[in-house]
Amino acid sequence: MAVRVQREDFDVAAELAQLGNSGAGALCVFIGQVRDFNEGRTIAALTLEHYPGMAERELARLEAEARRRWSLSGVLVVHRFGRLAVGERIVLVAVSSARRDYAFTACRFLIDQLKTSAPFWKAEETDTGRRWLAARAEDSVTARRWVAGEGERNAACEPTER
Amino acid sequence: MTRAEPGGKRVRILYFAWVREQAGVAAEEVMPPHEMTDVAGLVAWLRARGGDAAIALADLERLRVAVNQEHARPDHPVAREDEIAFFPPVTGG
Repeated sequence: MAVRVQREDFDVAAELAQLGNSGAGALCVFIGQVRDFNEGRTIAALTLEHYPGMAERELARLEAEARRRWSLSGVLVVHRFGRLAVGERIVLVAVSSARRDYAFTACRFLIDQLKTSAPFWKAEETDTGRRWLAARAEDSVTARRWVAGEGERNAACEPTER
Repeated sequence: MTRAEPGGKRVRILYFAWVREQAGVAAEEVMPPHEMTDVAGLVAWLRARGGDAAIALADLERLRVAVNQEHARPDHPVAREDEIAFFPPVTGG
């Protein structure tokens, strides 16, 4: 089980090398980084506030749920907090499994779910000032789609487009 | 069986993001009465207390709550020494 919440940047190659040590055949990775442009505004920096304790706990809960639903070998989630410049990495989600179906699906599940349940909040700095980002309705819709099939182990479920 | 504290049950409240900015405080310890048994009751008591925190909690539709670091609904029980956090819908990832 591996989830980390930290201020410092992470070394993607080093993290993946460690995850790859399990010998599983498939490794799937998602990296979220600070975008340069949002809703017509150029972003100078992003500050991530978090709830210490609950952040780690939520990520661990999501990892446990992913492991319950799919046959996985390794799971790694690293989420940063603090003030980040454009282009900096925010989050790493990496999953290894004997099968790529499970790796892809579980990786997608983890990022979709953490976006609606992990206690982090983004504040954007632009040339017009600093403002808290509002949660997007689409993220809630995406997260809810994972509810279907949760009773079935190794269900090949991805959120289906409607 | 633990003896109830006279005067109420002590709980710790945390505020995050714009809720913290509006409340004017990141954390506080409060002593709501023993009659307060759930999140809804705690919110009602905090609103009645007034001040900036009451304004921050004015529109519960815009807020989320956690009790002891787990997401909670308004009917979630609140016991003494619990940690209750109020925050906007999360935007991590």
